[in-house]
Amino acid sequence: MVEGDMKHGPLLRVNRLTKFYGARTGCRDVSFELWPGEVLAIVGESGSGKTTLLSCLWGDLMPTAGSIEYRMRDGRMRDVMRLSEAERRLLMRTDWGFVRQNPADGLRMNVSAGANVGERLMAVGARHYGNIRSEASDWLGRVEIATDRIDDMPRQFSGGMRQRLQIARNLVTGPRLVFMDEPTGGLDVSVQARLLDLLRGLVADLSIAVVIVTHDLAVARLLSHRMLVMRGGVVVEEGLTDQVLDDPQAEYSQLLVSSILQA
Amino acid sequence: MNKQHYNFAYLDEQTKRMIRRAILKGIAVPGYQVPFASREMPMPYGWGTGGVQVTAAVLGRDDVLKVIDQGSDDTTNAVAIRGFFKKTAGVETTTQTREATVIQTRHRIPEEPLKAHQILVYQVPIPEPLRFLEPRETETRKMHALSEYGLMHVKLYEDITRHGHIATTYAYPVQVDGHYVMDPSPTPKFDNPKMQRMAALQLFGAGREKRIYAIPPHTEVVSLDFDDHPFSIQQWDRPCELCGARDSYLDEIVLDDKGKRMFACSDTDHCERRQSAQGEARHG
Ligand SMILES: Nc1ncnc2c1ncn2[C@@H]1O[C@H](COP(=O)(O)OP(=O)(O)OP(=O)(O)O)[C@@H](O)[C@H]1O
Ligand SMILES: [Mg+2]
Repeated sequence: MVEGDMKHGPLLRVNRLTKFYGARTGCRDVSFELWPGEVLAIVGESGSGKTTLLSCLWGDLMPTAGSIEYRMRDGRMRDVMRLSEAERRLLMRTDWGFVRQNPADGLRMNVSAGANVGERLMAVGARHYGNIRSEASDWLGRVEIATDRIDDMPRQFSGGMRQRLQIARNLVTGPRLVFMDEPTGGLDVSVQARLLDLLRGLVADLSIAVVIVTHDLAVARLLSHRMLVMRGGVVVEEGLTDQVLDDPQAEYSQLLVSSILQA
Repeated sequence: MNKQHYNFAYLDEQTKRMIRRAILKGIAVPGYQVPFASREMPMPYGWGTGGVQVTAAVLGRDDVLKVIDQGSDDTTNAVAIRGFFKKTAGVETTTQTREATVIQTRHRIPEEPLKAHQILVYQVPIPEPLRFLEPRETETRKMHALSEYGLMHVKLYEDITRHGHIATTYAYPVQVDGHYVMDPSPTPKFDNPKMQRMAALQLFGAGREKRIYAIPPHTEVVSLDFDDHPFSIQQWDRPCELCGARDSYLDEIVLDDKGKRMFACSDTDHCERRQSAQGEARHG
């Protein structure tokens, strides 16, 4: 392999990823590539396998079959499932991030906002309180949380603020890949809009690759470059977001898009 | 109670062997919490049943036992445990640190440096230092195995944020031999530096939590801290009012119901030895 291939290939390569829950299909034969800085939306009705897919990628679930390869910072593609546990956990708290639908699942609710953001820094060896604090403060600013809230507990924050705090907590180590499961799910429409704007700006500025699960096509339209449409655990359509939304090919995608347009 | 009814040091030999195996494993993996089948002891859990079981397992007929609680040999707890082993093992007991071969303690490490022939047994209520932030045991076990201790610093970060300095004064976490972080609970952080490269073997027993851990002699024991908030020990702006020591851990003692107070060494043996040495020097 030549040097150029090592540096300039896809960031993530998923090949025929399959997960069965006993006899029931969670997801089946899902394949895609994700390039650095690219945002991929996974859409589909309830039960179509979106969360299953994300959980397999993140390592919460063991896939039944298939492979997941990731380009490490040294440029080499590695089989994620073959990493040692120590390597995988390090990857997950440095180069990867996960923004959960429910902020309480992604935050430490019993420590301050500053400690929530600083945790990953401390996990990779930061040992200077003043530096950790100023970096945390900087990140709060970037997610539009007033820096004088740095010592407040997450439960003193609104839902939208908690979600932004969760984003800052994930981005502080400069990850190249972030998974999001319905990040705007539980929020009011106006709060959603602001969060989406913020996300779009951050993702573009930092050129982070994102896999975002959403049932909201407007979210997909606003954030993503490409889309996977899932149904019954399989991908029924894949393409550039605008193309899929403006000119859906699969019958199911047409139904999905038209139902949204009517609503 | 009649002495004849007990095996030496109360526990039967099989139980003692089981505990010794846990102790040996603990010594082989310094700071690692070894699960063991903690037994019912004829005293309530808060009374140091973990320490008592470890002491029972290491005690031999020639040992000389000292028991301290808050640095003192004459609190109810210390007297009860000393009495227990006097009765069940018939071993010699002492209040003098230098005469003891086994010292069981609840809150303090003696001021006098311990020697290679001595064993220090700690009674521990809560052995898991990560519990405060991570209640899932499957997760804390993984963190220990992989030496992932960022969370300990999150706790210290919160301390500084709330109090302006690291306010943890007891049960201050230490990293043992460059790997396992452990809780020396509930000793004051004043005693942490004494654990570093101590010549004596240190054993920790948590009865209710069914854990034993150990620090072999001369092991590296480092108190966690931040570069800009380094670990430091408690200091007093006055010496002990009884022996004049400036380098020992002082307790505030209430003298009467009018609120009269005095600061004096918490290690009573240390204090008394210093006082009598001064007396001898005076009377020559
Ligand atoms: N733990 C589980 N055990 C058994 N079956 C499961 C489990 N989790 C999910 N499934 C099944 O797998 C399929 C895919 O579920 P999944 O949760 O991935 O869907 P989803 O697309 O995330 O749905 P939603 O939009 O409602 O979150 C469904 O049929 C579901 O019932
Ligand atoms: Mg889901």
